[in-house]
Amino acid sequence: MPITVAGKTIETDEEGYLSNRTDWNEEVAKEMAKVDNCDLSQNHWEVINFLREYYDEYQIAPAVRVLTKAIGKKLGPDKGNSKYLYELFPYGPAKQACKYAGLPKPTGCV
Amino acid sequence: MTEATGGIEMEEDTSGKVKKFLYVNRKAPYGTIYALESLEVVLIAAAFDQDVSLAFLDDGVYQVVKGQHTKGIDVKNFSPTYRALEGYDIEKLYVEKESMEARGLKESDFIVPMKIIGAQEMAGLMQSQDVVLSF
Repeated sequence: MPITVAGKTIETDEEGYLSNRTDWNEEVAKEMAKVDNCDLSQNHWEVINFLREYYDEYQIAPAVRVLTKAIGKKLGPDKGNSKYLYELFPYGPAKQACKYAGLPKPTGCV
Repeated sequence: MTEATGGIEMEEDTSGKVKKFLYVNRKAPYGTIYALESLEVVLIAAAFDQDVSLAFLDDGVYQVVKGQHTKGIDVKNFSPTYRALEGYDIEKLYVEKESMEARGLKESDFIVPMKIIGAQEMAGLMQSQDVVLSF
């Protein structure tokens, strides 16, 4: 299902993940969030940017358990827990945040 | 046999038992899908909190060498993902010494710290596992 951002059509797969990772920019993320009725706050961006850095370094999207642990390490224990992350991303932090970050769906346990 | 299960023998509750899993990797990283599939299985199975080890033998040692450049063959270089294993609590990685030396490689050529063990010790490692998965 393609999405339209600033007049440009961007291809996604049937679950809404970008077909081509290089199509990503912040406007694309905002548009994807809008489809889900999600307004991206600074806290959302923290996680999205974290995921993009993680992908650049390791070439995978992390499993949710690994994401939670890594966020805790970087942003502190009040953010590195499931409750906080699920409140930000109710569809599942790894799954939903990866989508907005323009990454593929995480491998395995999401 | 008990009344409660209607006479059906229930399997012993093994939910708390941690098994030893060894993933054996023997093939070059590209050209076949084995190396990438093995890595994906490892990442998925990591959710089950088992005792996981990875072994690299034969051309499999090439999976974990530094400086892989795959642009020319137009496939994704997934070798950085081995560095993510630590975050998945997978820290027991073994390279067979004979395979490494036969390919002119040394300990410092690997993308993550590897335990170098001889064929004899590798056999012992395999023997000590509950499950061995070969790729």
